[in-house]
Amino acid sequence: MSELITLTVDGVEIKAAPGTSILRAALANGIYIPHLCDHPDLTSVGICRVCLVEIEGRRPTVSCMTPVEEGMVVTTASEDLDQTRKVNLELLVLNHDYNCQSCDKNSKCQLQELTRYIGLDEERIKAMRKPMLDSPIDDSNPYYIRDMDKCVLCGICVRTCDEIQGDGCIDFAYRGIKTKIAVLGDKPIIDSTCVTCGECVARCPVGALVPRNAVEPTYEVETICPFCGCGCGMVVGARGNKIVSSRAVSGSPANNGSLCVKGRFGLSFVNHPDRLTKPLIRKEGELVEASWEEAISLIADKFGQYKGDQYATIASAKCTVEDNYVMQKFTRAVMETNNIDHCARL
Amino acid sequence: MAGLATALGSGAMTNTIAEIGDSACILAAGTSTTEAHPIIGYQVKKAVRNGAKLIVVNPQEVPLTQFATLHLPLKPGTDVVLLMGMAKVIIDEGLHDQNYIDERCENFDKFKESLEVYTPEFVSDTTGLPWEDVVEAARMYAENGPASILYCMGITQHSHGTDNVLAVSNLALITGNLGRLSAGVNPLRGQNNVQGACDMGSLPNVFTGYQKVENDEARQKFEKAWGVSLSGKPGLTHTEIFDAAYKGDIKAIYLIGENPVLTEANAAHSNEAMDKLDFLVVQDIFLNETAQKADVVLPAVSFAEKNGTSVNTERRVQRVRRVIDPVGESKPDWWIVSAIANEMGYEGFAYNSAEEIFNEMAKLTPSFAGINYERLDQGSIQWPCPSKDHPGTPVLHKEKFATPSGKAKLAPLEYRPSEDCCDFDFPLILTTERSLYQFHSTMTRYSEGLDELSGGEQILINPVDAEKLGIADGDLVEVSSRRGKLKVKATITRRSQPGVASLSFHFAECPTNLLTSSALDPVAKTPETKVCAIRIDKV
Ligand code: SF4
Ligand code: SF4
Ligand code: SF4
Ligand code: SF4
Repeated sequence: MSELITLTVDGVEIKAAPGTSILRAALANGIYIPHLCDHPDLTSVGICRVCLVEIEGRRPTVSCMTPVEEGMVVTTASEDLDQTRKVNLELLVLNHDYNCQSCDKNSKCQLQELTRYIGLDEERIKAMRKPMLDSPIDDSNPYYIRDMDKCVLCGICVRTCDEIQGDGCIDFAYRGIKTKIAVLGDKPIIDSTCVTCGECVARCPVGALVPRNAVEPTYEVETICPFCGCGCGMVVGARGNKIVSSRAVSGSPANNGSLCVKGRFGLSFVNHPDRLTKPLIRKEGELVEASWEEAISLIADKFGQYKGDQYATIASAKCTVEDNYVMQKFTRAVMETNNIDHCARL
Repeated sequence: MAGLATALGSGAMTNTIAEIGDSACILAAGTSTTEAHPIIGYQVKKAVRNGAKLIVVNPQEVPLTQFATLHLPLKPGTDVVLLMGMAKVIIDEGLHDQNYIDERCENFDKFKESLEVYTPEFVSDTTGLPWEDVVEAARMYAENGPASILYCMGITQHSHGTDNVLAVSNLALITGNLGRLSAGVNPLRGQNNVQGACDMGSLPNVFTGYQKVENDEARQKFEKAWGVSLSGKPGLTHTEIFDAAYKGDIKAIYLIGENPVLTEANAAHSNEAMDKLDFLVVQDIFLNETAQKADVVLPAVSFAEKNGTSVNTERRVQRVRRVIDPVGESKPDWWIVSAIANEMGYEGFAYNSAEEIFNEMAKLTPSFAGINYERLDQGSIQWPCPSKDHPGTPVLHKEKFATPSGKAKLAPLEYRPSEDCCDFDFPLILTTERSLYQFHSTMTRYSEGLDELSGGEQILINPVDAEKLGIADGDLVEVSSRRGKLKVKATITRRSQPGVASLSFHFAECPTNLLTSSALDPVAKTPETKVCAIRIDKV
């Protein structure tokens, strides 16, 4: 570990590791600097320029691109800064489709937070408005929707796809006021190399990338993804005994804040109407519903007749440690055989 | 994972997922990592961005190939020859780590001798790879440390899968790539808790923590704890169980969370076997194809409705927590099994919670002894964790190997061709693949959207073969093997090499495993679903 660097932000002395940007150092110490295009998982690029700060002895600088230095004195708010930030923000939202009430990002949106902090002059914006895009909404993917009229061109999705997913299937397209985020050839996302990991959706600061049919969970529980052996830590959200959301546990050891398409979007099997809800017993050739008592007593009676090597358990790699422990104990101690295996080999 | 256990004394991933991103070289053998283990795929791509060399050993052009420094599209089933050939190059050119070998390995001389047959001609003819590529791969792996080997289904699903595993351990051992950070031999395990199911002794020959049933001391310990007498005779493996059922030796099966009608190699056989049983109990969350044959079907809860733990592919023990109430009258699997045991009059199954079970298990299992729910609530722990103050073990074999001598044994290996060979009637090799969007049938099929993304089942055929057979992209074809046949749509692509076709096995409408072979690896007893001779006809 190298020595921490000490600097002063708005009169408060803070410490940060060398190489940390002023922005991230301030945020980590509870000091808000408005920002949009910076994301803790990604490299900083300084596109949105709303994170400007004043540093004693220098011209105003974007704080996301400036590393902390020993003895630095930083001011995050002043009239000059407010003015410049306002202009920079205006440029970002010239064609923004402000319709917060019907936007999925409402109340979780970084642009809202920013607008509240910096303030916007609605009249000025109206006067400068760019024409809306022709076909802003791409709903070709079964799991997420892209609305480019809400995009602020922060580039977070582009960097996410490149740096985290490693795929790089989206990029800035066109120039000037026509600039937008698109896949190669500006085709619908479903026709691209996108693997629907949803990493970009999870990081988009505004309502431009949102999960389809998003439902706000009433509570969330931290657990482990049920699909593959990576064992990603995930936070699963539910509303009324129904799973409605899942997101990665940030900093969880196996996945470090990422999930794949299955963990992020594939949990609807839990509440599928075809779930088995009652024991079934075959009677006259048909499987018919039965009570637990009836099923358990029938099985106990039958298994009692097949103890030893004429019996086998096929256990499951999808069940928990505890489930498997009990299965092998049952097989060995009660059924008196070591005939137990699971499909690890497949 | 018998092979890894033979060589190193333990069959688990030796290193941690997060370390892979810092490897200087990654050898990915038989794994389509970005598809089967996407999160590990991120780490591989991260390493490549940081300048690591990536060697992809795979007959098929898998998505990972686009990031590869070197892709070795070998003939299916010839991995041992390639890996032994690489070992020969490493030793011939003096790129091996002699100090490490002297200190930590056994059997080097015999091993070295066994390499003599792997001449450039032999290796090149057998694998179909130019010798220069084998040499380049060997140098790349040996000269860029730490080097990590990742392998998966492609390696273990062969009738000689155990040899493949030994062959990768050999490579890691002679270059000193075991017991250090960002190196290692890392089998990537399929389903979420395969590692945990093995750790818990859901295997025919071991109790929890790989304590052998044949070992008197281990058996006595469990007999005492459970208050019963136990059999010291190893049981039957998965495939043997279905064979025994087919022959009528096994009459009752309790099948939990599996769908062998779809996933078993040579599915027609296991299908019939199931019909011959006197009594079949299936416990699952859906009425899957196998459950429809059952005498009794029991509704289990899904992961979202249960408390417990699971162990991921890097030996990480983590808490699974209940999110919602059980759907309908479904119950946790441990509850159901215990209820049957209680009904049969056994004591020792009066559990009230998953935590009670975990604690009983940890007392009997040295590698889990230091783990409890309280600690897990603070963060996950990688076994072995022998005591309450032990932090867990991210990297295995740091000081010594888990073999009786503490040293790792280098394994001389011979090439054994795949059992199901091609001939005039069945001229093509079929390999099975998995799709990112599907996961061993049942669960993902019930998740809306994943089906849509995966685009359904298809057989991938190289343009050269397609032309010979007169098949166009999108044609419906009939695929037959010595064991069965099915109809499926053809996709013509160079991702498949000439002579090899690939098919995935997730869909009930098209049960790929009707075709595949159940020739067994004599040690690990893994059915050979990766190599199967077929013919393709236009219909
Ligand atoms: S993206 Fe944010 S600011 Fe724009 S409409 Fe949605 S909530 Fe409002
Ligand atoms: S889509 Fe979202 S993340 Fe991407 S550039 Fe637009 S606002 Fe930023
Ligand atoms: S979902 Fe994943 S692959 Fe698709 S664009 Fe976003 S980051 Fe890239
Ligand atoms: S989120 Fe994806 S990579 Fe992670 S455990 Fe689930 S299936 Fe595996």
